[in-house]
Amino acid sequence: MARIFAYIIHKSGVADDSAAELAAAAKKIDAAQSPAAVVTGWGTDCDAVCESLRASFDEVWKIANESLAYPNAELVRQALKNVLPAGCIVLVPHSHFGTDLSPGLSIQMNSAYVPDATDIEGADGIAMRLVRQEFGGQVSAHVRCDISSGAVITIRPGAFKPLASAPASGVVVDKSAAAGALTARRRYLETMAPETGDVDITKYPVLVSIGRGIGEQENVALAQDLADALGAAVSCSRPVVDAKWMEKSRQVGSSGQTVKPKVYLACGISGSFQHLAGIKGNPFMVAINKNPKAPIFRVADVGITADILEFLPELTARIREK
Amino acid sequence: MEILVCARRVPDTSENEIEMNSAGNDIERDDLVYSVNEPDNYAVEEALEIVERTGGTVTVVTVGGDDDEEILRREMAMGAKQGVLLSDDAFEGSDGRGIATILAAFVKKGHYDLILTGVQAEDGAAQVGGMLAALLDYPFASLVNSIEVQQGKLKISREIEGGNKEINEIDLPCVLSIQTGINEPRYVGMRGIRQVASVPIPTFDGPYLGVNGDKAGLAAAKVKRLDYFVPPLGKGAEMLEGSTAEIVDKLIDLLKAKGGLN
Repeated sequence: MARIFAYIIHKSGVADDSAAELAAAAKKIDAAQSPAAVVTGWGTDCDAVCESLRASFDEVWKIANESLAYPNAELVRQALKNVLPAGCIVLVPHSHFGTDLSPGLSIQMNSAYVPDATDIEGADGIAMRLVRQEFGGQVSAHVRCDISSGAVITIRPGAFKPLASAPASGVVVDKSAAAGALTARRRYLETMAPETGDVDITKYPVLVSIGRGIGEQENVALAQDLADALGAAVSCSRPVVDAKWMEKSRQVGSSGQTVKPKVYLACGISGSFQHLAGIKGNPFMVAINKNPKAPIFRVADVGITADILEFLPELTARIREK
Repeated sequence: MEILVCARRVPDTSENEIEMNSAGNDIERDDLVYSVNEPDNYAVEEALEIVERTGGTVTVVTVGGDDDEEILRREMAMGAKQGVLLSDDAFEGSDGRGIATILAAFVKKGHYDLILTGVQAEDGAAQVGGMLAALLDYPFASLVNSIEVQQGKLKISREIEGGNKEINEIDLPCVLSIQTGINEPRYVGMRGIRQVASVPIPTFDGPYLGVNGDKAGLAAAKVKRLDYFVPPLGKGAEMLEGSTAEIVDKLIDLLKAKGGLN
């Protein structure tokens, strides 16, 4: 079996939670093997991350370079290609960074690419069997991947439960010299914070959240009426923002706001993993959707199969009556 | 600026509920309604807005068969000057790398300053743009949600976590995957489609592109989908049943119990 590497995302000297999830995924590929962590970065932050990972990985490959101080995927890709052995298996979180880095990395390493794996059902030296989702999570698929010349696999955040691993006392191996000269044809300039909106949805204990099922902009008022009756705020999923029916500041999800309400009413929301990633604190979740197979019903506490355009006004009227 | 947009025809999930077939190994394909992959409309719109500002033309390309011409015509009705079909029996069963290989061969036959893709298609893979860039040795950026044209380069922003924008400059030529919401794709009416109905669509095959079964198609694919399935529901939601009035009352009781209603 080829050697497995876990690419570690980190910020301000602290490794991301995905590090432990990649380690768990690696064990599903090859239980006998101890995967190596790979860290790219610069300075004391990079050193701190490598040091902390010694507790959970037997080997930590450090690639320190001033140009890697910010994780520019174009530069990280060059560094990994120069440092990692041919034929290896590289695990990367399926995040905005992972999708930026990984497809091109698989080409440069001449290896197979499987994006957004939600499960791994075993592997031998030639092939691996994985599970992915398609159609926004409405169906899953088994995938067979030829790993005879290695693989780059991105791992769905939250899909692999971290293992309670025996404490390791790993070694940090400095691979910085092997990274070579890194040249950027894409240059990072700055990060801009999102504009703040009129309503701060993170402050509300109850959210009436709408998705594509709201149909058109004028129907947003139906959700607002219910929210008013409940003392709640209206939030939404990505398609509502894409259609310009609500401001970006109302969007719940990995690319929007992270909310922690007590009660979350998901109205006409299919339930993509990117949306669910923005809901924390295990709220009481009610899903209302006219598609009885919508993935949101897998995660909600209570489900109602109904057209929200008819159901929401009835609910609002009844609450007002009482 | 000469811009190439890579598009794809997919089952339209706003028109269909995706269900399993009776054999339980594939999705039910009878009566599926197909349309252009929605994110690709944002890529075409962005390309059109760029050429409106700076000049140039927009070409839309897809890998597929005769059925896929309809999405090329739709994007031409939006304003793309040319649609191109890359089609060969040997391309069938290609994985992402195979598709990117076919597209890269086409790109090398022409001259494009900028290549755009939609952020992802129905398979959620988000892979072809990044692979295409690597095959061409062009720089790449994903999740792009704004583009400003500068001399020999672009200033772009990428959508990263928490609604933050990562601002980069990127040299031309390059490949970008375009995030939905970057613009408002223009409406296409039946009249627009009719106007381009008889425009010829150049079609290029494997021998012309120099792509044979060793580089694309099922035999070359390192990644193969074996089946579709619906995983067991697990705990799942408790479904409220009854008349609408009964469901509303049950829900109000639950909301009161859980602190959603005082």
